[in-house]
Amino acid sequence: MEKKLEKILKNYVKDECNIISTLQDVQEILGYIPEEAINFLSKKLDIPASRLFGIITFYSQFHLKPRGENIITICRGTACHVNGSERLINRLLIELEIPPGGDTTDDLRFTAEKVNCVGTCSMAPVVIINKRVHGEMTTDKLIKEIKILKGKR
Amino acid sequence: MVTLKIDGMKVTVRKLSTVLDAAKKLDIPIPTLCHHPELSPFGGCRLCIVEVQGMARPATACTTIAKEGMIVTTTSPYLEKLRKTILELLLSDHPNDCMVCERAGDCTLQELAYFYNIRENRFVGEKRPFIKKDENPFVERSMEKCILCGQCVRVCDEIQGVGAIDFAYKGFNTRVCASYEKDLNCEFCGQCVAVCPTGALTGKMWAHKGRQKDIEQVDTVCPYCGCGCNLTLHVRRNEIIRVSSKKDTINEGWLCMKGRFGYGFINSDERLTKPLIRTAPKKHSADSGQWTNPPNNPPTPPLAKGGEGGFERGGNGGVDSSLLTPHSSLFREVSWEEALNFVAKRLGEIKERYGADSIGGLSSARCTNEENYLFQKFMRAVIGTNNVDNCVRYCHSSTFAGLASVFGSGAMTNSVPEIENHDVIFVIGSNTTETHPIIGLKMKKAVKNGAELIIADPRRIELVRFAKIWLQHRPGTDVALLNSIMHVIVKEDLIDKKFIEERTEGFESFKQSLAEYTPEEGERITGVPKEDIIKVALLYGNAVRPGIYYTMGITQHSHGTENVYAIANLALMTGNLGRESTGVNPLRGQNNVQGATDMGCIPDFYPGYQKVNIPGIKQKFEMAWGVKLSDKVGLTATEIINAAFKGKLKASYIMGENPVLSDPDVNHTIKALGKLDFLVVQDIFMTETAELADVVLPAACFAEKDGTFTNTARRIQRVRKAVEPPGEAKEDSWIIMELANLFGYKMRYNYIGEVFHEAGKAWPAIAGITYGRIEKIGLQWPCPTLDHPGTLYLFKGGFPRGKAAFSTIRYRPSEELPDNEYPFLLSTGRQLFQYHTGSMTRKIDAINKVSPEAYIEIHPDDAKQLGVNDGDTVKVSSRRGSIDIKVLISERPLKGMTFIPFHFKEAAANVLTSSVLDPIARIPELKVCAVKIEPIHQI
Repeated sequence: MEKKLEKILKNYVKDECNIISTLQDVQEILGYIPEEAINFLSKKLDIPASRLFGIITFYSQFHLKPRGENIITICRGTACHVNGSERLINRLLIELEIPPGGDTTDDLRFTAEKVNCVGTCSMAPVVIINKRVHGEMTTDKLIKEIKILKGKR
Repeated sequence: MVTLKIDGMKVTVRKLSTVLDAAKKLDIPIPTLCHHPELSPFGGCRLCIVEVQGMARPATACTTIAKEGMIVTTTSPYLEKLRKTILELLLSDHPNDCMVCERAGDCTLQELAYFYNIRENRFVGEKRPFIKKDENPFVERSMEKCILCGQCVRVCDEIQGVGAIDFAYKGFNTRVCASYEKDLNCEFCGQCVAVCPTGALTGKMWAHKGRQKDIEQVDTVCPYCGCGCNLTLHVRRNEIIRVSSKKDTINEGWLCMKGRFGYGFINSDERLTKPLIRTAPKKHSADSGQWTNPPNNPPTPPLAKGGEGGFERGGNGGVDSSLLTPHSSLFREVSWEEALNFVAKRLGEIKERYGADSIGGLSSARCTNEENYLFQKFMRAVIGTNNVDNCVRYCHSSTFAGLASVFGSGAMTNSVPEIENHDVIFVIGSNTTETHPIIGLKMKKAVKNGAELIIADPRRIELVRFAKIWLQHRPGTDVALLNSIMHVIVKEDLIDKKFIEERTEGFESFKQSLAEYTPEEGERITGVPKEDIIKVALLYGNAVRPGIYYTMGITQHSHGTENVYAIANLALMTGNLGRESTGVNPLRGQNNVQGATDMGCIPDFYPGYQKVNIPGIKQKFEMAWGVKLSDKVGLTATEIINAAFKGKLKASYIMGENPVLSDPDVNHTIKALGKLDFLVVQDIFMTETAELADVVLPAACFAEKDGTFTNTARRIQRVRKAVEPPGEAKEDSWIIMELANLFGYKMRYNYIGEVFHEAGKAWPAIAGITYGRIEKIGLQWPCPTLDHPGTLYLFKGGFPRGKAAFSTIRYRPSEELPDNEYPFLLSTGRQLFQYHTGSMTRKIDAINKVSPEAYIEIHPDDAKQLGVNDGDTVKVSSRRGSIDIKVLISERPLKGMTFIPFHFKEAAANVLTSSVLDPIARIPELKVCAVKIEPIHQI
């Protein structure tokens, strides 16, 4: 991991202004931001680890835990909500066997997350599967997509 | 300057002042929770809102810059309503458990709730849950009481420079925590605890000891390093329950972990409470191997002290076990009368039989000026010898020998508050943040103010983070480094010709001697790249207000005095002396080592550096003390041990010192002390030295007596009694006076201030200082008259000795350098959490938790080569002995160099060190010796 981080650091001037881009690169390569990476960056950049942690937890784009290979994002905006997004979420969690309170399967294949609004209310309910937006989603369609993903690999 | 009107009153303040500053000037109270005058404005709590004419909405006074003609209203029904709402919102997510909260009565939030009469809260809602992670032994974190004012975050970052905590998450879930919400793992200075306006952060050891009721607050001075920080002891029922510090002191209310949390030793169960006389046999002569009973003290049924196994040693820590007495734990508790009569009788006999010079005294840099004055007076006037010394011998005798002979005074030239105004700070051989933490804070503040910091240290010390240039020179090559810097300064013509001409002598011949120390030669000897040497020379040479700071890394060498001469040369040639924030500053390691030396606890000087062998001065003291005095320069501390070893010294009186652990070559010291006919040790604990004594006298610690300490910057400050000593322990001054009286020499003082007054009569430089004048703020000597304001910095008008002389110094290597058999270089020193031989700090459980054991710092490459991992135990040996010690792999030391802190008796670094002395100052070379390291393979 240290080698990967060294490589990322090479792209940036050692300056506090570059922290966010650096952290984005770390997440891009490692999938999330592990504690060791923070301690390493803290030492190399001479920025307290607590400050880096503050930044990571402030932005929802950064993740402290490993995420699944497939990321399924279910919109909970008003339009999606009245069109049954709650049903989609419950069915998805059962299908993926994600325990209550969690968002990622034990085998790290899937992460299910909720967002407040993706802004495509005309297509409600909306689900984003690996960056592709699927409109007018139903539980059956969703499970079908999941099955396809499960079948891959 | 701008003038504005606040609540109808005109006020003029400096440009860029805030409205809050302006209101403060008018003494108008504006409530705040997140504001701290030493920290950057935050504007988070919104309580300081004021109405400014022309502004649509209320503005926060702490972040609004005062403008010409501004009209400000600080209070109105509207503002008060807003303030009350803010408080109600804060309290809606607060446990409101003031009944049991540690901070009740001293809590800003509680106080505001009281003034705004918030009994019931309109807002009821969700509360932030917190999972307590609290394994650290110092800081209690009840984060549900946190109001997110951010003072702790800012103090940790801006003042301490650590950044252990920060805000994390956002919105309602925002919290202050360490990285990954772990427990604190920091310097534990407790600055965050000191600034917290609520009960969120408190001291763990304060819990349930008392809050505000029945507390007496006693202002005194910290007993640890030489910074001289002002403490306030909170006393309840004869127990110190808490330590704090006020903002209007030289340390501005900041303390280090030892000062703030290191008071537990005072109430330790292990304190000595009764005088003890040895009953166990003593190995009278280590050579003959015969155990003999102490003379005049037939064995009686022994009483073990301190409960079961009270004084049993756990492991010998590398000390040759044949040197320990078989029952060194056994003493007999006796009355003061018996103990003192016994001491007087034995010392009297030895004096009669072998002469006064067969007795040597070691005084204590921990004790007050008054006690040190009495101690040397006892040795000189009562015993009749100049054999008196203190631990300055081991730390700054080379400074004294060097600076005193060049400038005429060996003290710090500047004062602590001046540090923040340097434009260049050159720290050489001083791990300032660990050994003098508060002076370290001042240096960080100077860097924040724009000063350039230069560090010369073989180890990557914490200050390196703040430095512009770090010179990692090989240990013991300081002279070559400094000479090559001076070579460049001469070459670049950065010398101060006027200063050299008017105030110095011997420059020309000195200049010649620098010719050979080119930067290339400097690089060859020191290992520092020549570019860096040149950079430092230009930086220091061009500076306007530079300060040089050094400690043991310069002095504890067999060429320590020469190192000091080199530093003096550097300051002289650039004329960087005798101005504010400009000078040479040896930092003193102990609370009162400056005072002990000032008071004459050194073998060649009476109080105030007046030579014992000048007849006129001797006569003056004979008149004052009413007895004949010796004109023979006495033995130094190192010589006292050697004379004891050779059998020339027969008895020793050691007050508050632990030479067994602090002197080089532990086995040699134990052998030497074992050969004495009679050893009296006066201490607060059964130290390793006390265990060898014939009589042990229980003394009072700093919190149990009145007097004065002199800090590293010559500032004399009041020490005040807060609690009674435990058991029958007595103040050192009482013990010395009683002993003197038993010898028939009258020592009677009505109160301890009379002793100080007497010292002032003998030494004009403190004649103007009285207890009354230093009631609140200390004074820096010289202060010759009652209307003299004290001296912030020395040599303003010139040097006491006339012209200061340049000394030609050539580099010579340390005495014992690594070779094939002992391939590693060992340096010893201190670490932040412990102090000296640990006789105080190691009695405190909390400190032992964060700093439990000794370690040897090894460079990763060396560790790889040796095949050892972090935490492995290795055997470290030198020509003098060996110890087993844990490995700490660290990038701090140079490759080939190792470091061991000397606080731990289980692995006493001084078993290994060499007792080679500096020929002038008689200081031992504790910073350089050769060792070998062998892995121990666990079975």
